Amino acid sequence: MSLEAILAAVLMGGMLVFIFPRMRDAVKNAPKGSTDDWKAAIIPILGVILFVILLIKIV
Amino acid sequence: MYQNENVFSRTSESALATNKVLRNTYALLSITLLFSAVMAFVGVAMKISVLTAIIADVVAFVILWFVLPRTANSAAGLPVIFAFTGLLGLGLGPVIARYLAVNPSIVMTALGGTGVIFLSLSAYALTTKRDFSFMAGFLMVGMFVIIGAAILNIFMQIPVLSLAISAAVILIMSGFILYETSSIINGGERNYIMATASLFLSILNIFTALLRLLGALGDD
Repeated sequence: MSLEAILAAVLMGGMLVFIFPRMRDAVKNAPKGSTDDWKAAIIPILGVILFVILLIKIV
Repeated sequence: MYQNENVFSRTSESALATNKVLRNTYALLSITLLFSAVMAFVGVAMKISVLTAIIADVVAFVILWFVLPRTANSAAGLPVIFAFTGLLGLGLGPVIARYLAVNPSIVMTALGGTGVIFLSLSAYALTTKRDFSFMAGFLMVGMFVIIGAAILNIFMQIPVLSLAISAAVILIMSGFILYETSSIINGGERNYIMATASLFLSILNIFTALLRLLGALGDD
């Protein structure tokens, strides 16, 4: 195991520690979305998926 | 009548404040992206090592977690955000150098692709004016799982897992662009420096994940 890999793992571990309380807070307090809300979010993300597939085909 | 005028005045004040945050965020984001690109070019030209790049990333995240939240409400936040974005740009040096050596068109395609994704999602959030705050929990859990999987893959080195992580990063960061943009529009985010840091991270993550996907799955 190289020093670079250990440092990268430590950095990401720090991210997990940093994110965890925010994640817990977001899960508890974020408003619930309706089906329409989720549809409105999923449509552009589906567009992103199609666009990335297109880019992979182009390169 | 007086009450109506008061309500109208407060609403227009709020709209003006939102427009100001949005305008400042996009202006600062443009400049920091340009600065970060220059620093990435410096990293490529100086052939910095992977170790130096990781140290630059570590310092950048220390700035993001401990310095930026304390300075974001003052003028001191501006040099701090430039330090943060510049270090992350420098940290990209070895990755970009590796892809430039194999196939330079991958870097340009990833750059253009990231631009199209960011502009399209921002335009969508701006035109629909929807509130995407309901996505916060889902996005945070998604990011937590992705980072956990990435740590696991540092030790296990599974190529398919690496590609799955890259694909998931693009989806989650796309969600974060919708979330952050709607947060600015709907008054949830009033600090343009913090908004810039959040959008910058989403753009950077989409760019690096696209690089990995195009490098691994492209025809060349």
